Amino acid sequence: MTLCMTMCLGDYVPVGQGLCVSVHVRLCVPINLEREDATCMGVWNCIYLTLYLSVAEGAWYCGKGPELGIRRPEFKFWLCHLIVVWSLVNPFTSLSLSFLMCKMRRMDLSYFQLWHLLCSLHPLAMGLLLDSHRRRALARLLLRLNTPLCVVSYLAGVFWFLGLAFSPLTQNTYISENAMGSTMVEEQFEGGEHALNFARDFTAQRRKTGSLPVAWLERTMRSVGLEVYSQSFSRTLPFPDETHERYMVSGTNVYGILRAPRAASTESLVLVVPSSPETLNAQAVGLLLSLAAYFRSQIYWAKDIIFLVTEHDLLGTEAWLEAYHDVNITGMQSSALQGRAGAIQAAVALELNSDVVTSLDVAVEGLNGQLPNLDLLNLFHAFCQKEALLCTLQGKLQHSDWASLGGSLHGLQTLMLMVLRQASGRPHGPHGLFLRYHVEAITLRGINSFRQYKYDMTAVGKTLEGMFRKLNNLLERLHQSYFFYLLPSLSRFVSIGLYMPAIGFLLFIPGLKALELWVKLNKADFGPEEQLGPNHSLVQPFGQDARGVALTPLVAPVLISQATGLALYLLPVMGQHVAAQHFPVAEAEAVVLTLLAIYVAGLALPHSTHRVVSSTPRGPDSGWMALKLVALLYLAIQLGCISLFNFSLGFLLAVTMVPAAALTQPSGPRFLYAVLLVLVSPGATLLGSLFLWRELQEAPLTLAEGWQLFLSALAQGVLDHHLYGALLFPLLSLGLYPCWLLFWNVLFWK
Amino acid sequence: EAGPGSLSRCLAYLTSFPSPSVWQDQAEQLFKSGHTNNWAVLVCTSRFWFNYRHVANTLSVYRSVKRLGIPDSHIVLMLADDMACNPRNPKPATVFSHKNMELNVYGDDVEVDYRSYEVTVENFLRVLTGRVPPSAPRSKRLLSDDRSNVLIYMTGHGGNGFLKFQDSEEITNVELADAFEQMWQKRRYHEMLFIIDTCQGASMYERFYSPNVMALASSQVGEDSLSHQPDLAIGVHLMDRYTFYVLEFLEEIHPASQANMNDLFQVCPKSLCVSTPGHRTDLFQRNPQNVLITDFFGSVRKVELTTETVSLKPDLSSMGYRYLYLTLFLNNWVASGE
Repeated sequence: MTLCMTMCLGDYVPVGQGLCVSVHVRLCVPINLEREDATCMGVWNCIYLTLYLSVAEGAWYCGKGPELGIRRPEFKFWLCHLIVVWSLVNPFTSLSLSFLMCKMRRMDLSYFQLWHLLCSLHPLAMGLLLDSHRRRALARLLLRLNTPLCVVSYLAGVFWFLGLAFSPLTQNTYISENAMGSTMVEEQFEGGEHALNFARDFTAQRRKTGSLPVAWLERTMRSVGLEVYSQSFSRTLPFPDETHERYMVSGTNVYGILRAPRAASTESLVLVVPSSPETLNAQAVGLLLSLAAYFRSQIYWAKDIIFLVTEHDLLGTEAWLEAYHDVNITGMQSSALQGRAGAIQAAVALELNSDVVTSLDVAVEGLNGQLPNLDLLNLFHAFCQKEALLCTLQGKLQHSDWASLGGSLHGLQTLMLMVLRQASGRPHGPHGLFLRYHVEAITLRGINSFRQYKYDMTAVGKTLEGMFRKLNNLLERLHQSYFFYLLPSLSRFVSIGLYMPAIGFLLFIPGLKALELWVKLNKADFGPEEQLGPNHSLVQPFGQDARGVALTPLVAPVLISQATGLALYLLPVMGQHVAAQHFPVAEAEAVVLTLLAIYVAGLALPHSTHRVVSSTPRGPDSGWMALKLVALLYLAIQLGCISLFNFSLGFLLAVTMVPAAALTQPSGPRFLYAVLLVLVSPGATLLGSLFLWRELQEAPLTLAEGWQLFLSALAQGVLDHHLYGALLFPLLSLGLYPCWLLFWNVLFWK
Repeated sequence: EAGPGSLSRCLAYLTSFPSPSVWQDQAEQLFKSGHTNNWAVLVCTSRFWFNYRHVANTLSVYRSVKRLGIPDSHIVLMLADDMACNPRNPKPATVFSHKNMELNVYGDDVEVDYRSYEVTVENFLRVLTGRVPPSAPRSKRLLSDDRSNVLIYMTGHGGNGFLKFQDSEEITNVELADAFEQMWQKRRYHEMLFIIDTCQGASMYERFYSPNVMALASSQVGEDSLSHQPDLAIGVHLMDRYTFYVLEFLEEIHPASQANMNDLFQVCPKSLCVSTPGHRTDLFQRNPQNVLITDFFGSVRKVELTTETVSLKPDLSSMGYRYLYLTLFLNNWVASGE
C-alpha cells in the first residue's frame, strides 16, 4: 500500500502544474496536460496496471482461499482496504467503486479486473488525445479512413446479424432452473374426451347467449371444484377498431382458483384462454375445464392455479391483469377482483380451435418486444420432445439437420420472423401482457393443418400437465436463464452477448461520421500547421470565431421537426371527429389518413427556416454540418436506447436509417439521396417489413394487399399504444420521425 | 441411555474370561475396538424440493444405524428441509429411497433434532464441539466421551473444499478439520468415521489431522457425485448413487455381521457410482480390516459365554485404565439415578 501511495505522489504531484488537484478524487481529471505529462501518465498507468494485476491475481488466489487456510472475513477486509487505497491512487477507480462494492459480496474478481483494466486504459487514451501533435495525426487518420471504416462497419454489422443463425453464434438451449430440472413427470391426464364435451357445451351456450356464457362457465367451474369469480370490464376505444369491429367494448372475465391443498396461497400459476366473437377457442376452454377437474383431484400442488377465461381477447386479459395487480394504467374500467391467489409465477395462454391438432405453435414475443425467461420456452420444448408432439416456432418446423447450410438458412428465416414480430412491439398473444408484470408467460396455439398425424386433446393436456407439474416445483421466479435472446429454432438460441455486436457495428457509423464532422468544423486543429507552439494546441471551447459549432441556426429546424413529430403523435386521434365531419371517411380511416397526411406534410414544411435566424455566415458548409452532427448524435442515442430494450426494433431501424443518414448531404446526387432517405423513413420501413414478413411466411403480398395491411397496421399501432401502452407509435412519432426530418433538412439545406 | 448396553458388556468382561491363552486372545478381540458407546451425527444440508434425495440419503443412514442398535438418544439428526410434508410430495408423510417404493426411509418414528433453518454451520460445529447453550435439550447434544465411536454422515451440495449449508453459507474442510481436532482435544471421541456424499467429497477430508479418524467420500476432487433413482411419480431423484449403494450394503448387515471397513470401501465401484469413491485411513490407528461395520453403525453389546475361567495378566495397564473408567462410569450412572 505504501508503495502505491508513494508512486501516486511521485506521479501526480510533481507534474501537477496543469493538473487540477482536487480533494475529491473523482474530480481529479487532467485538464491541461503537456506532451511529457501525457507520456508520463501513460507510462505510469502501465506500471499501475501491471502492479494492480499482480496484486489482484494474488487476491484472486486468496479468494480460492480455504486451500490456503485464509478465512473469508480476513480476506474481505484485506481486499476492501486494497480497493479503497487503490481508489485514492487512481482517480478512475473511484468511478467504479460503487460497482465493485456490489460485486464484492459475491467475490467476483473477474469483473473487478476487467473493469479496472478499462479504467486504467482510459487515462492512456486521454493522454494520447490530449497531446496536440498526436491529436492532429489522429484527426488526419480519421478523415482519411472514415469512409472505408464506415463501409466495413456497416458490412460487419449486417453480416454479423445474418451470421446469428449459424452454428458458432447459436447455442443449444438447456434448462437452467434446478427446481424444474427435467421432465420427470408421470402424466396421467386422460380427459381429452371430457374436454371435447365441455367444448361442445361451451359452443352451444355461447350461441345461445351471444356473448361469453358467464353463468354456464361459473357453474361448470364450480362443479369441478374451483373457487369461482367473475370480473366485468368496459373500455371505449379511442377510435373504432375495424379489424376486430369493436368500439365500445364491455365484457366479463371468469376465473376459478384451485387452492393448493397443503400450501399457503402465496404463489400461483395461471392458465388463460382468451375467447372473443371471432375466435371462440371452444376447445381451449374445454381443455381448461377438463384440466381443472383433473388438477383438482391431485394433492401435490404447492401453488394455487388460476383458470382464467377472458372475453375480447387481449382487452379482457389487460383488464384482469390490471385488477389483479391493483393498477390502472390504460384507462380500463373494471370491477375489482373478489378472489386472489398470491403472486403469479408463470402463465400459459392456450388457443385451440379444432378437436385435433397437428402441431403446437409457441409465441414468445410480448408487449414492446419483451420476452419471457428462456427457461419457460425450454420447458415447453422439453415436453414437446417427451410427448413426441410436433412443435413449431413462428409457424416453422425445426430443420432436421441443423449443421447443414439448409438448416442454418431455415434458422435464419425463423430468426428474421422473430425479429420482425419482436420489432412490432405488439403482444402476440395474451401472454404478451403478462410480461409487463414480470410474469413469465407463453402462448400455445393449436394448429390443424393437412398433415396425416393428428394429436388429440389428451396429448395436448398431458403436455400442459407436465409443464404445470414442473412450474409447481418452482421455488422462486424464473430467473436463471436468459431474458434477452433470439431464436433461430426451438432448440437453439442466440444470447444477448452475441447479437449486440451487430448493432454495435451499425451504431459505430454515426459516431464516426459525427467525429468526422466535428473535426471538419474545428478546422484550425486540422491541417499541416505542425509548427504551432504548445500554447496553440489546447482544446478550444465552443463558440469561438470561425471554429466550433454555431448552434443558433439549428434551433429552428430542431424545434420544427419536433413539433411535427408531436403533431403526428397527437393530431390523428384528437382530430378524428373534425376530419370525419369534413371528409367522407369513417373515424378509423380518418385517423390513418391524418397520420399519413401529417407524415407527408412534414417533408414539405421546414426546408429553409435556418435562414430566418442565422446571422453571420461561418463558411459555406458549417450550417448543414452542424445540423447533421446533431442529427447523427440524436439518431445514435435513440437507436442505442431502443436496441437496449428491443434489439429487433433497434436493429431494423439502424440497418435502414444509418447508411442513408451517413450519406445525406446537400451536395452530390441529391435526388438519389432523397429517394434513399424516403425509402428508409420509419413509415417506409414499416411497409417494407410487412412485405418481408409475409414473404418469409411464404404468403407473399400483392401491392394492393400490402397497402391495405399497412393501413390497418398503422391503425393497430395507434390502438396498441392507447389500449396496452405499446411504445412503438410514440417512439416513431416523437423520436425517430423528427430525427429523420433533420436529415431531410440537411439534404435540402441551402 | 448408554448404561445398560455398556453394563452388560462390562459384566460379561468381568465374569467370563477363561485362563488359557486362547481365551486371553479372545478377550483381546473382544476389546479390540476399545469403545463403550456409539454416537451418530447425520446431516442433510440442502433445502428445497428438488434436493429430496439428500434428505432421503440422510434418512437411509438414520434408518440403518437405528436398525443396528443406536437409539434416538444417541443420534443427532439434522435435516434442512421437510420432504415428507412438502406440499409437492404426492405421497405425503413418506420419503422413499427406491423408485419401486420398496423402502420408506421416513419410517414411523423419526426423531429430527435439528430441522430446517436450525441446520447451520454454527449449530453443526456447536454440536460437534459440545459448545451448545445450557438451554439446549439433551436431544440436541452430542454427549460423547473418549470411549465413544462417532459416526458423522453429511450430504448436500459441495465443491472443492466446502459443503454448502442451506442456501446461504458453507463449511470448509479446514473448519471441519479444526472442529475434529477440538473434539479430540476435548476427548469427545475415541474413533471417528466420517462419510460424506457430495460433489468433490474427497476434498472435505483432505485437511483432517486429528488421530483415529477414518473418512469416506463419494467422489474425488474434480468429480461430481451423481443422483440415482429418478422417479416419475414423485418427480425428483430419490437418492444419490453412493448412499444408495451404501444403504443396499447396510441392509445386509445385522448386529453380528463380521463385515469390516474394507467391505465398505468396496461398496460403490466406479461402474455403479460413475464417480470414484475415496477413503482415507492414514490417521486411523487400527487396520480397517479389523474394524467391524458395527463398530460405527451399531451399538453392539459384545457377549462371550464361556465355561472356563480366565485369569488375566495382572499388569495389563490398559485394562487397569478400563477398570478405573468402569468404576467412574458406574458411579456416575448410579448417581444420575437411572
